[in-house]
Amino acid sequence: MISFSKVWKRYPGGLEALRNITLAIEPGEMVFITGHSGAGKSTFLKLAAAIERPTGGSIIVNGQNIGAMRPGAVPYLRRNFGLVFQDQKLLFDRNAFDNVMLPLHINGFDRREAARRVRAALDKVGLLAKEKALPITLSGGEQQRLAIARAVVHRPAILLADEPTGNLDAGHATDIGELFRSFHQVGVTVVIATHDEALAARLQPRVVALKSGAVVS
Amino acid sequence: MRAWLWSHVDAFAGTLARLARTPVATLLNVGVLGIALALPAGFYVVLANIQGYASAFAADPRLSVFVKIGTPQKQTRDIETRLQQHSAVRSVRYIPRDDALKQLAERTGLGDVAASLAENPLPDAFVVEPRDAAPQALERLRDELRDWPNVAQVELDAQWARRLEAGLALARLAVLLLAALFAFALVAVTFNTIRLQILTRREEIEVAKLIGATDPFIRRPLLYFGSLQGLAGGLAAWAIVAVSLCLMNDGLAALSQLYGTRIELQQLGIQDGLSLLFFAAVLGWLGAWLSVNQHLARLDLH
Repeated sequence: MISFSKVWKRYPGGLEALRNITLAIEPGEMVFITGHSGAGKSTFLKLAAAIERPTGGSIIVNGQNIGAMRPGAVPYLRRNFGLVFQDQKLLFDRNAFDNVMLPLHINGFDRREAARRVRAALDKVGLLAKEKALPITLSGGEQQRLAIARAVVHRPAILLADEPTGNLDAGHATDIGELFRSFHQVGVTVVIATHDEALAARLQPRVVALKSGAVVS
Repeated sequence: MRAWLWSHVDAFAGTLARLARTPVATLLNVGVLGIALALPAGFYVVLANIQGYASAFAADPRLSVFVKIGTPQKQTRDIETRLQQHSAVRSVRYIPRDDALKQLAERTGLGDVAASLAENPLPDAFVVEPRDAAPQALERLRDELRDWPNVAQVELDAQWARRLEAGLALARLAVLLLAALFAFALVAVTFNTIRLQILTRREEIEVAKLIGATDPFIRRPLLYFGSLQGLAGGLAAWAIVAVSLCLMNDGLAALSQLYGTRIELQQLGIQDGLSLLFFAAVLGWLGAWLSVNQHLARLDLH
């Protein structure tokens, strides 16, 4: 599903974020990318979602080589993904419902079907009662769940999450973990970059540890 | 296909909502565009009006032949006969001086003045319609008739209309230049509005791109924004021209009544008005398109 082969990522200025990464993630797998800050976890996710291009090596996602992709094809590749960003990237000028509606809008869904799916996604993360609320009025945990609802509303085959429990207390982090487990159980490939060891202990995923841009285990 | 159509409807409705959400900014922008378009459009209408009046006169050139005052009736008749037999003359109409005075009194409301005159100051006259309307032929005929005995003066009636026509050609060029300048202004104003739109919606654009929005999807609402704003500017311009002409017609009615005639400026025709709206929308779109191309690329999104 996602295959990295001898991938290097060097940023201008000489920083080597990833060094010679070779890694394959199978459909339906749950994988945690762990490591300290700066180990290259976020870069790994960005390369997988074609947000950045590798400096060397090849990345194949769904049979498509990201390094050789036309810019016009990237949006369609991204629609296979549900992305949960470290800073969530919620839109604060619209309510919860409209935030979750955005991916369906982009995918050109029929409106009635879209509204049904938005409510289903909000229900899944326990925010159905707050569909009219603006993100600013939601708590940190609720904002994170809203971001997850937006990531899964179009039922992507792959869920990529960057530090999804980063700013949450243990209770909320457990809720979020259960959400990811439920997506994994219905066959979604889940890739999570995190240093939350408690989460890893609970979900028992395959763990890929990075250190200074290289795979250590 | 249906999804594509819906996305257009969505972009259109979303843009209207966005324009309505900032009413003051929208009104000011539309006002600026309206004024910029109203100037050339207004001049165009006034020119078209003047042209309408001018062409009515310029179409059939005539010569007025004035007989010397005090010329005996018989000699005047001789002139008429000579004119009728002249090969370059199509028709001749005799206007006796008494009729001319009567007409003057009736038409211009100067009856009191005419009645108070001790004697009729007007000469006998002939209105001559030539066979050949070419300027050189007319001038040749005028010069010939001038030398006839008992002829005081020969006037080429169409001459002022020709001069006016030449003046109008110049004015049309000026309107065209003005229109080009203000079209540029419209594109520039739209360019900047869209730049601000892109900056204020930066986050939305960024997120949309990250979750799979295509470039056309991101451009669409911005292009609608430019076109709709241009269209609204065109409507404003049309309204400004229409109201100005109404006001001017009131003034003109009072003025022209004093001269015993009735001059009325025609409004911008439906076809011209629709062209105005069309061009305003297209220019708005163009400004938006230029801006989107410039600024979206600079956002450096992935």
